[in-house]
Amino acid sequence: MDKAKLLDLYYQMVLIRRLEESGAELYQAGKIGGFMHLYIGQEAVSTGLIAARQPQDRVITAYRDHGVAISCGIPANQVMAELMGKSTGISKGRGGSMHMADVTRNFWGGHAIVGAHLPLAAGLALGDKYAGRDGVTICMFGEGATNIGFFHEALNLSKVWTLPVLWVCENNMYGMGTAVERASAVSEIQQKAEGYGMAHERVDGMDVLAVYEAAKKAIETVRSGSGPNMLEIMTYRFRGHSMGDPERYRKREEVKKWEEHDPIGVFHAFLTGNKKATAKALEEIETRAKADVQKAVEFAEASPEPGLDTLFNHVYVEEV
Amino acid sequence: MARITMREAISQAMWEEMERDPNVFILGEEVGVWGGSYAVTKGFYDHFGGERVRDTPIAEAAIIGAAIGSAMTGLRPIAELMTINFAFSAMDHIVNEAAKLHYMFGGQFVLPLVIRAVGGGGRQLGATHSQTPDAIFAHFPGLKVISPGTPADAKGLLKASIRSNDPVLFIENATLYQVRGEVPDGDYIVPIGKSTIQRPGKDVTIVTYSKGLEISMKAAEELAKDGIEAEIVDLRSLRPLDIGPVIESFKKTNRAVIVEEGWKSYGVGAEVSSRIYEQAFDYVDAPVVRVAQKEVPLPYNRALEQSALPQPADVVAAVREVL
Ligand SMILES: Cc1ncc(C[n+]2csc(CCOP(=O)(O)OP(=O)(O)O)c2C)c(N)n1
Ligand SMILES: [Mg+2]
Repeated sequence: MDKAKLLDLYYQMVLIRRLEESGAELYQAGKIGGFMHLYIGQEAVSTGLIAARQPQDRVITAYRDHGVAISCGIPANQVMAELMGKSTGISKGRGGSMHMADVTRNFWGGHAIVGAHLPLAAGLALGDKYAGRDGVTICMFGEGATNIGFFHEALNLSKVWTLPVLWVCENNMYGMGTAVERASAVSEIQQKAEGYGMAHERVDGMDVLAVYEAAKKAIETVRSGSGPNMLEIMTYRFRGHSMGDPERYRKREEVKKWEEHDPIGVFHAFLTGNKKATAKALEEIETRAKADVQKAVEFAEASPEPGLDTLFNHVYVEEV
Repeated sequence: MARITMREAISQAMWEEMERDPNVFILGEEVGVWGGSYAVTKGFYDHFGGERVRDTPIAEAAIIGAAIGSAMTGLRPIAELMTINFAFSAMDHIVNEAAKLHYMFGGQFVLPLVIRAVGGGGRQLGATHSQTPDAIFAHFPGLKVISPGTPADAKGLLKASIRSNDPVLFIENATLYQVRGEVPDGDYIVPIGKSTIQRPGKDVTIVTYSKGLEISMKAAEELAKDGIEAEIVDLRSLRPLDIGPVIESFKKTNRAVIVEEGWKSYGVGAEVSSRIYEQAFDYVDAPVVRVAQKEVPLPYNRALEQSALPQPADVVAAVREVL
């Protein structure tokens, strides 16, 4: 990977982090409502994974979607405006934190019903295969989602129909407060791919380059027509499940231990240690990301609310 | 008698029933260690242990299916769906199994099962997490569907549901959890399938339940300032539906407004207004008016969402329309 691309990945990860920190403050201030699930700690996953896609590759994920939205190229302005429910938001203020999408950037949404988007991913891939396009659908989901029927039905179908899907499990060890071993018959989620005859790999999700390399390989394998594959990306969320999580289910020391592997810190050490960038250059990137988030907040604050007369827009495509 | 919240009343009902009957147990997502995602089962796990307060994987079909199976063996499960929006992921088990097994096998299978699920909008949770689909479930014979509007009814009806030998869907509303009211201590039972008058009046009948009760009470206060006395009938149970008190009230007032949080089309208001026309046609002085949610998936934006939800002012306007 060339230096410019490495620095861009660093910028993206810092941008996601700052944007969400700012989002958390705005939530406390009552400017963002509903459920908001932060990606802090998991930035290397969307950043490495989506950097490895081609423009024709689709991305679909669950409700923990701000980072994914940024990685897919949605400007921070539109992400922030959506968080604040403004008409300039990427979903025009209708979706909120959990429901961002941008068809022009091949991002097919954050979806809030656990596991429900997995069969959709099979369908997106079917669309590409049917039309003879060579796109791969990258479907992200939590380890908790692998216990619901949707997961099993979708994986099976994707294999039976040899669909071009890359199934990407973000194993952050918990589904809300339930540790993976309390909810899943096997704690190593990649084993579930075995049952569907799929190639699979476990990847260190705190290392953006490891994610990138594994994703590159897996995406191109799927593109070659060999059918679906699975990546299990080991990661950790540093914050609560959503805003207002009392976090009774894990110890502070456990979180601390993972924070020592902060994906941004890990990448910083790699870049400076391997003389890819100076600490000063990285600091400049951090300053830029911070300024961009500040601009996004200003943009969102200044944006208009959706007009009440637009309530019925988009219920149907056609006039009813 | 104590003045407690709806949340506490629901919690108290389950706690007392679990103390009383060792066959009563709870299963659901985050009901144990977390203490319930709406804190309704807070403290249960520590007191009753993991055998009786069972955290489940995210697997709604398995939660309801396993609850049904265990009920068929004589246990009395309380299955908590984290929200009613996830009932759709367990729809087959609710509709094709729970509602039918007793009848279809000639009465052999008995399912003393309670499904608790919280619903409602107004919290900016977006379209998939804000629904009030009560009427859908009330459509199915074989299922009892209950939705209380006061803490006392919540306690009394939940206890009755746990003791019922039929499958019960018990629908709560998240924005009512903090509502306070007088609740009798100990063994307080409200029989299932009985409507009640929550506010006496003579000028107009407002028929409602759950969140609609709060909205209607506010509207009634507004109307009282102008000397209009609304009588509020709280259905409490959607199936079985006790239409008697509605008809009785209507025969007195000759005018009715029906208030529900869910969508209007094919809703609770449609059912109730039809019963009024069927059973009290000669008493109708004005067309029955329904107040309900605008027919859109609920948006995230706060103002937009509020504009789609029924408000006290809508009820006031509807009453003025029928008077
Ligand atoms: C069908 C369904 N059941 C329950 C929920 C509530 N819920 C939202 S997120 C979540 C935990 C999901 O955990 P995981 O898949 O591991 O993803 P993570 O939050 O860790 O990213 C639950 C139970 C839901 N949204 N949909
Ligand atoms: Mg998880």
